[in-house]
Amino acid sequence: MVTDLATYALTGLGLVFFWAGTIGLIRFPDTFSRLHALTKADNLGLGFIALGLAFQADGWATLAMLALIWMLALLAAGTVAQLVARAALSPPEEDEE
Amino acid sequence: MSLALDLALCGLILCVALGAVVGRGVFRSVIFFITYGLLLAIGWARLGAKDVALAEAAIGAGLTGVLLLTAHGRLRRMSVERAPRVGPNPMAATTGIAVALALGWAWFALPAPTAPDLAAALPLTGMGNPVTGVLLHFRAWDTLLESIVLLAALLGVWMLARDVDWHAPLGLRYHARPGGVLASFGRLLPPIGLSFGSYLVWAGADGTGGAFQGGTVLAAVVLVAMMAGVLPPPRVAQGGLRAALVVGPGVFLLSGLLAVALGMGFLTLPPAVAKPATLIIEVALTVSIAVTLAVLVIGPPDDKEPVR
Amino acid sequence: MSLTVFAMTGASLVGLGIYGLLALPQLLRRIISFNLIGSGLFLFLGAAGARGEAVDAVPQALIITGIVVALAASALAVGLVVALARRSGLVVLPDEANPR
Repeated sequence: MVTDLATYALTGLGLVFFWAGTIGLIRFPDTFSRLHALTKADNLGLGFIALGLAFQADGWATLAMLALIWMLALLAAGTVAQLVARAALSPPEEDEE
Repeated sequence: MSLALDLALCGLILCVALGAVVGRGVFRSVIFFITYGLLLAIGWARLGAKDVALAEAAIGAGLTGVLLLTAHGRLRRMSVERAPRVGPNPMAATTGIAVALALGWAWFALPAPTAPDLAAALPLTGMGNPVTGVLLHFRAWDTLLESIVLLAALLGVWMLARDVDWHAPLGLRYHARPGGVLASFGRLLPPIGLSFGSYLVWAGADGTGGAFQGGTVLAAVVLVAMMAGVLPPPRVAQGGLRAALVVGPGVFLLSGLLAVALGMGFLTLPPAVAKPATLIIEVALTVSIAVTLAVLVIGPPDDKEPVR
Repeated sequence: MSLTVFAMTGASLVGLGIYGLLALPQLLRRIISFNLIGSGLFLFLGAAGARGEAVDAVPQALIITGIVVALAASALAVGLVVALARRSGLVVLPDEANPR
């Protein structure tokens, strides 16, 4: 019962961060600030969702997998953000067919 | 509740697919297609087909995405003439809608399912995962021919190389800054990816996973390592590469012929040795699938056009 | 009920892919449309295989085979598109190019 409440609260909080990150992705003016919204807010959101789901886990193995998923997502997001930012320094490509 | 979830998911899938078809710009279309693959993987998980979900996420979204993005980048650097912009095409729309309606009608005309009881036959294979049992036993012909189709496609891709490039390393030249983010990622990811890919193959006997999903994860590791400059790309004439490409179909074919020599049918595995034999075939297949998919995606040898 | 939703989605994806394959001249977009047709059919087949009491493993195995073959076909198609672009500077079929 308490664990269910914790799951609701934490995944709800995670969704708020995802919502904020998405607003940032849509509303921010340039690539760098959009990346900032995506990587920071969404990774925090994913962390809260993983933490919320951890209360439903039935063993240490599931917990470890949730933690691994979150860490891999962090690693990938961080790397990709760097690469996209570097690519964005070169002149933008036009909208082409 | 779950119906609402499925309706929302399918709506999203259709919107993203629409974006991939009618969206402005090829780059946007490719990005929509990758998103589409990931959403579709969630759809497969909702259908209870976890093995397909893994394959769709890894191959449909991941490898196909890399393939299309690389191709888009190459075409852009070649300064090709642009495709003409086209308006809506009523003929094509009518055809598409007609086929969709016909398929929709077919769904309601389908006879009730009468699947043979797979659970009764599964113990013969020594596998706990029915999908793996089907792939490597009941429909072993399909899987054998599929591994050969992969090889044929690779030969086709290699035939497109220019003669001057033939002895060059495969794919484009990627330059990752030594010590940069990509280079570090290329060193950090392979150990994790190798463990996870091998685990998927091992787990595929009884749970979710299998040679194709595991092989795809391994192929992705190879691709990241090559793009990060950690692993030098192989050459067409390299013996090790060629051996890795044919070991899977080769072992599979030999095991089938061995069964014939022992007086059983082609590709038959007696239940007594089914489990160990399947494991050997699966490991060999995984090696070939991983290497074939990776070199299919990096493309034919190409000495020009260095990529940053 | 959910299965019908997935099957209808699959049918619509096939229609959408056929539209793209016929209407879009840019060849990479045609490859994407071709993949939409394939995955739409897979979804239809997968939904049909899930109608019994348990999810049928035979369609699943066929679909996994199909996904891998679709990638191989796409890789070959991409190779052909790049080779065409290198030879002729076109990303569309020659008889659909802009008149010069």
